[in-house]
Amino acid sequence: MVKLTIPQIEQKATEIRRDIIRMLAAAGSGHSAGPLGLSDIFAALYFNVMNIRPEEPEWADRDVFFLSNGHCVPVQYATMAEAGYFPVEELLTLRKFGSRLQGHPEREKLPGLENTSGPLGSGLSQASGYAYSLQYLDENPRRFVYVVMGDGELNEGNIWEAAMFAGKYKLSQLVAFVDRNNIQIDGTTEDVMPLEDLKGKWESFGWHVVEIDGHNITSIIDATSQARAITNRPTVIIAHTIPGKGVDFMEYNYKWHGMPPNAEQAKEALEDLRTLGGQITHEGAGV
Amino acid sequence: MSYPLNPDLYSDDVKYEPIRAGFGRGLKAAGEVNENIVALCADLTESTQMHLFRDAFPKRFIEVGIAEQNLVTVASGLARAGKIPFTSSYAAFSPGRNWEQIRTTVTLNNQPVKIVGSHAGVSVGPDGATHQMLEDIALMRVLPNMVVVAPGDSIEAEKATRAIAENGKPSYIRLAREKTPIFSTEESPFEIGKAYVLKEGNDVTLLGTGALTYELLKAAKLLEEHGIDAEVIHVPTIKPLDREAILKSARKTGRVVSAEEAQVAGGFGGSIAELLSEALPTPLKRIGMYDRFGESGAPAELMEHFGLSGNKIAPEVKTWIEHTAKYHQEF
Repeated sequence: MVKLTIPQIEQKATEIRRDIIRMLAAAGSGHSAGPLGLSDIFAALYFNVMNIRPEEPEWADRDVFFLSNGHCVPVQYATMAEAGYFPVEELLTLRKFGSRLQGHPEREKLPGLENTSGPLGSGLSQASGYAYSLQYLDENPRRFVYVVMGDGELNEGNIWEAAMFAGKYKLSQLVAFVDRNNIQIDGTTEDVMPLEDLKGKWESFGWHVVEIDGHNITSIIDATSQARAITNRPTVIIAHTIPGKGVDFMEYNYKWHGMPPNAEQAKEALEDLRTLGGQITHEGAGV
Repeated sequence: MSYPLNPDLYSDDVKYEPIRAGFGRGLKAAGEVNENIVALCADLTESTQMHLFRDAFPKRFIEVGIAEQNLVTVASGLARAGKIPFTSSYAAFSPGRNWEQIRTTVTLNNQPVKIVGSHAGVSVGPDGATHQMLEDIALMRVLPNMVVVAPGDSIEAEKATRAIAENGKPSYIRLAREKTPIFSTEESPFEIGKAYVLKEGNDVTLLGTGALTYELLKAAKLLEEHGIDAEVIHVPTIKPLDREAILKSARKTGRVVSAEEAQVAGGFGGSIAELLSEALPTPLKRIGMYDRFGESGAPAELMEHFGLSGNKIAPEVKTWIEHTAKYHQEF
């Protein structure tokens, strides 16, 4: 796939956010904060970082993407539609009966999904299994495995079992993102179950750790380049993000974790969409 | 064609071997013909007999440590990468501890991950109730897409392992720790989804899974002395159940007994109750564990105590038959 430039990716991220708001409003249920916060990372991955062919989802030389926090799948669906895996109009079927876009991702329903997830804490292991296969069984150093986890799901023991495993086997083709947005359902992560010192935790498990602004496309791309260049350890990118990013009334508010906007809120959100600098990147980014 | 039984079956010299030993040999044999087969273990490699595969194919063996949730989820990722992963631990831990991971990342995700649960049943012995897994059949057979097999002896375990390696589906194979008698032969058939008539009879159908089939053969011999002509059917595949073979026999004898070294609730007996009550409401007696855990003791002593040995099953069945009318089609 042709790699987009930074401004083009920023514009894609805005389109992805617009798609997310529209699809959630149409679904009448689903998660808003996480998907909006992850839009820049997904835009960077699918439109620049990953070596993929949306028209050929099972392409043998592709990079693979695992979503661990399955409830954030609206951002993956929106990104995949924008990338050409399926028609953008299909996004409005999200969570509806008969749709390929299940409320939480199901691999067999939609070509291009690599895993089924929802119950938290298992995506890093699945990605590690794939990365192990590439590194030790297939001995193919050209492909990479990307995985996105939420920060709340780091409460799960399964994650740290995987962290030990990937550290032990030095899975250098594994690139993990932690969406560090500091919220989970019952409140802030540090109130519910503190994660800090998060960088120190991953380092002590044998990982290379990069901390970035998860809304800065250049930082996202640079961090993944660095991860691919490191050949003796897995890399985790702790991406500091703003939950609900781009919609002023949703930003930082954990109450938007598991809630969709209603029609009126969606209208306001679509008018509100902006970039990190508070600027609308292009004309007509509104409704 | 009748099922070839071990000619030494009823002799005191009948060969004993742990069912898990057959798994170890089967996995190595499967690995020799299919290089996509990989093996993962959670720190119990010799215990589960996976060391035979590890020693033959060190590059295809992955030690994950004492982490059963990671065991099956890493396997799910390996399967996505085109591998056929066998994961082994004690059944109490896998699928005991990692059921949700199996549900989501193996069965709903529909990947051909193989869950190998060793040390199932009370015959684990001295380790006690924590390690005597009795709920694994129920936990695995309730999952859509999952195949569930409980081989009857080590020879069959070898065949079952090789068949499961190539079936392309999420699968559970149940193994036992203790040595058990070998009742089959190298020539005996094994096919996933098939039940086998080991002895024909007319008065009652005895359905066994795992090593309990041998105990039923013993019980049938004892019943014969009391003039009761029992049909013995070995049911190594609990899911999918061989409905046709079971119903055919039930129709003939009119009375059914199931036997397993597991909880009857939700277990093999549960699956037979479901089948019969819907398709042919035949009187059913279930031998197994009734809503209780095991305890420490010698394996044979425990089998005897919980009524799972042939010489306990025979009088139990005899009494039941005496008080139970046969099913009649005109019901």
